[in-house]
Order: sequence, then structure tokens, then C-alpha cells
Amino acid sequence: MSLESKKLLDRTTQIRSDFPILDRKINGKRLAYLDNAASSQKPMQVISKINDLYSNYYANVHRGVHSLSMESTEAYESVREKVAKFINAGNINEIIFTKGTTDSINLFAQSWAKNNLKKGDRIVLSEIEHHANLVPWFMLRDEIGIELAFIPVLDDYTLDIEAAKKIINSNTRLVSISHISNSLGTIVPIKDIIDLAHHNNAIVLIDGAQSIPHQNMNVIDLDIDVLVFSAHKMLGPTGVGILWAKMDILKQCEPVIGGGDMISKVTFDGALWNDIPFRFEAGTPNIAGVIGFGEAIDYLNEINYIDLCNQSHVISEYTRNLLEEMEFVEILGPKDKLLRTSLFSFDIKNIHPHDVAQILDSEGVAVRAGHHCAQPTLNKFGFSSTVRASFYFYNNFEDANQLIESLQIVKKRFLQ
Amino acid sequence: MNDGMDELYRDIILDHYRNPRNSGSIEGDSVIIIEEFNPLCGDKIIVYLHSLSGELIDDIKFIGEGCSISQSSASIMTDLVIGKKIEHAKQIVQQFHTFITGGNIDEDDNSLGDIDAFKGVRKFPARIKCAGLAWNSLDKAIDSMKKLT
Ligand SMILES: Cc1ncc(COP(=O)(O)O)c(C=O)c1O
Repeated sequence: MSLESKKLLDRTTQIRSDFPILDRKINGKRLAYLDNAASSQKPMQVISKINDLYSNYYANVHRGVHSLSMESTEAYESVREKVAKFINAGNINEIIFTKGTTDSINLFAQSWAKNNLKKGDRIVLSEIEHHANLVPWFMLRDEIGIELAFIPVLDDYTLDIEAAKKIINSNTRLVSISHISNSLGTIVPIKDIIDLAHHNNAIVLIDGAQSIPHQNMNVIDLDIDVLVFSAHKMLGPTGVGILWAKMDILKQCEPVIGGGDMISKVTFDGALWNDIPFRFEAGTPNIAGVIGFGEAIDYLNEINYIDLCNQSHVISEYTRNLLEEMEFVEILGPKDKLLRTSLFSFDIKNIHPHDVAQILDSEGVAVRAGHHCAQPTLNKFGFSSTVRASFYFYNNFEDANQLIESLQIVKKRFLQ
Repeated sequence: MNDGMDELYRDIILDHYRNPRNSGSIEGDSVIIIEEFNPLCGDKIIVYLHSLSGELIDDIKFIGEGCSISQSSASIMTDLVIGKKIEHAKQIVQQFHTFITGGNIDEDDNSLGDIDAFKGVRKFPARIKCAGLAWNSLDKAIDSMKKLT
């Protein structure tokens, strides 16, 4: 082991002490938390931040002139700036707080697509999308008669870019795809897709729910038009997400939810919209959630999360390699290492994923079993569900080995 | 080691999982077919219920896809109600639900057969849905048969 990676490992040990939950015992065993793609755990810093808010400076935001309201408004609004920096957005007013990725996509479908697309216009999706990037578009299709087309997934679990060249055509107004598939772990070459879309004057929405927690995202360099992601998968609280879009696009959006905070003036005859982004954020927002998310971003920056995520990718690959040697395990996902992220889905012949996950849980290993909200994708590969192990930077080799050893216990119970 | 796994995965459950009784479909116009899903995990059970008179379960089969708990439960369920009176089957369904959600049943009642194999499931709330899938299908099949007659 190089000195470099030794140092990173020591760093992981140190980082783990920031996450109180990692000390928990599950059924008397040490916890190996490998369900990070579903949601990440939270460091003390984020938990304390929320505690601090409620203990010392909480009040509603954008309302009163009193001190508490000003302090909480300042803390809340400062997060917009942190998020903008994190994704290298040029204008902090392009950051819209939502409830999560799902909410962001629904909002964009109803506020932009519904008002700017007409019958016969095409939206291109892919065959490896999360339900959150399918169902809102099905609903819109049924509402206004747009056409949906799908970039196929190939047998090697990657997208068929050759086919995409035909599917993204001159009728296409929007391409909405995930950067990383949460069920297969495939990394999508979004730059190629963005080029194809822009060549056809279509805009691109990137679902960054699985990628942004792990890597640097630069919306300007990549020339992304719309980006959505969730705070809870990157150390933040639940109930907070981001919809970022270029200002020109936000100007074409109509508000979907009306109420307080989103207006500049209301009479009994009607209302004038507040400025962007506030016109998309009606009602009292998730103040504590957003402020907690700001702390999560600070934490990620402070620990230099990208280096640490590279290390956890090594651990994910190590685990995957060991699994590959187990003849009773079948792993889904790209063969090419460079095309996959720190998660993998697998199947054990003749043992249902539910049963696998149950026995793993009895050994302290937390994994996801099911269709991962990507039913059509799994069905295409002949599965109705799989087991999924997903890693984050606080995972270590002990977690990996605990999974491997526990799989032997699964095998013993069911296959012998 | 008492982590509940031995209790959850009783031999009888694994036996029904590996060698399901009454698996397959039944053809015919008068066969009631009910499909149930567990949206959480995609588990699926299709129950085929055949009753000529509307009073007796002449035949019952199932096709399914899912975990050991849901599939063994379907096997045990069909085994238990085949040849029984519809009304009796309905009672057994109720007893099963009482049992699986922690209630008491008469354990000496022979007609409840292997139901107590699912005792271990009661500790795992996420799996109660799995165990209940086939029973829900049967319940719905009986109800829709009653509507027909
Ligand atoms: C790729 C992808 N898109 C969307 C979502 C939905 O995110 P949320 O449940 O936070 O709205 C997820 C979460 O599982 C995801 O992995």
C-alpha cells in the first residue's frame, strides 16, 4: 500500500468519528452501512447546526424585521450561495430550494415543460432512469400530449449513444437523464448527450442525485441547462433538494404553487409574482433543512470529499472483485471500471434479494433490496429486484469484508 | 446466536419455498384470478381459485415471484384451504391476519396447519407484507367470487 493511500485510510478512520450513527450496534454486530445511494448518514456538524438553529436563532425567514428573523434569513439565504459555488453556478438566484430531486423534476415539468412544450414535441429520457425521472413525464404526456422517447440501455449496461444520435432529433425540446444510474451504477457520458441535445436546440436536465455527492460538478464547463439533486444523499437533512437552471430558462417558467413568499403584490383581483427564485418557493420553506444542508456543503469542502470519495471507490471496487469470485453471485453493471460508480447491484441465484438483505441485516450489514425505484430498468435485464451495496467516503475495508463474510452466511442458510 | 434468523427461516418455510405445493395456473371460464404486488420490492403472487358450486374450494393454485416468505406463504395458504368451504377459508384468512400482526389464535386448531411457521415473521415488520401477499389475493378472490354468485 502506498503512503498516499495509507494516509487516506487513516483519514477515513478520523472522518468516521464525525458520524455518531456509525458506532451503533445492529443486532449485536458492528454496523456496515452500505445503503448510501438511498441516503447518506449525517455528521455531528450537521446535527449540531440544526440544534444550534433551534436553540439560538430560529424564526421564520423573509418575514419579520426582528433580530431572530434576520439572523435565520441570513443563514438560510447564505446556503443559496454555498450551493451555487458547489456546482459553479454563475448566479445565486438560479438556485431554487425544493423538497428533493423528485420535487425538482416535478416542478420543472409543471413550470417549464408544461408552459413551453406543445403536442408532438419530444422529450428524451433513457432506459436507466429512476422513477422520479419517468413518472412526472408520463403525467405531462397524458396532460398535454408530448412524445416521450428513450435512449436504450445496451447489454453491457451502458447507454446506446449511437441510437441516441437518432432519438435526439429536431423535434426534441428536452433531454432529461440521470448522470449516474442508481440501480446499475452506470456513469452516463453526459457531455456527449449535452452536445447532441444542443446540436438539436434541445435543453438538458441532469439528474445529479447519485453523482453530486461523489464528484465535482461544474454546470458551466459542462454547459448543463438544468440540474437537480437531493441534500439527503450528501450528508444533508431530508426534505431539501435543489433545482438549478440557467436564468434564461427560469424566466420561461411559471410558478406552480401559489401562496405566501412567492408574490410581490396581491389584491383581491390577483397577484404579481415575486422575483426568481422566490416565486418558485411558496410558503414557509424547510428552514432547518436548508441551513443543515449548508453545513453539509461546508463539511464536504472542508474534508476534501473528492479525494475521500476516490478512496471509497477503491473499496467499492475491492468488494466488487471479491464478489465476482463468488460463483453464486451475479453482478450487474458495466464491465468497464471507468464507467461505473461506487455502487453495484447483484443477485444470488436461488435466493431472493429480500432474504439476502434480511440475513445481511442480522449480521449488521445494511444494503438495499428491491427494484430501487427503477423497475423498467431491472425488468429489461430480467430481474424484478436485486441487492444493492453502495459506498460513501466513511466506508472502510472492514465494511467490505463484513459484507463478504456475511454473504457466506447467507449462502450457508439457503444453499446448503 | 439468537438474531431471529432461525425463527424467521424455519425449515418448514424453506421447504415450502423450495418445493412449493399447488404451484401453477388453472384454466377455465369460472376461475377467479387475482394478482397482488408488493410495490416495495416487486414481489408478485397470482392466485387461481376454482369453485364449481361457489361453496367449496375445488382447486387453488398460484404463480409467484418473490422472497422465501411470500412464496412459502402462498404454498402453505393453498395447501391449507384447498377442499375447504369458502366460508371456512375466509375465517382462516382472518386468523392468519390476526396471527401475523401479533394476535392470539387457537394453536390447537388443526385446520390452521402450518400457519404458526410464520411466528418468526412477526418480529420483522417489513416482512409481514411479504407473508400476507398470498392471503390478500385469496381474500380478494373470495370476495369477487361472492359478487359473481
Ligand atoms: C438517480 C436518482 N434520481 C432521483 C432520486 C429521487 O431522489 P429523492 O427521493 O431524494 O427525491 C434518486 C433517489 O433515490 C436517485 O437515485
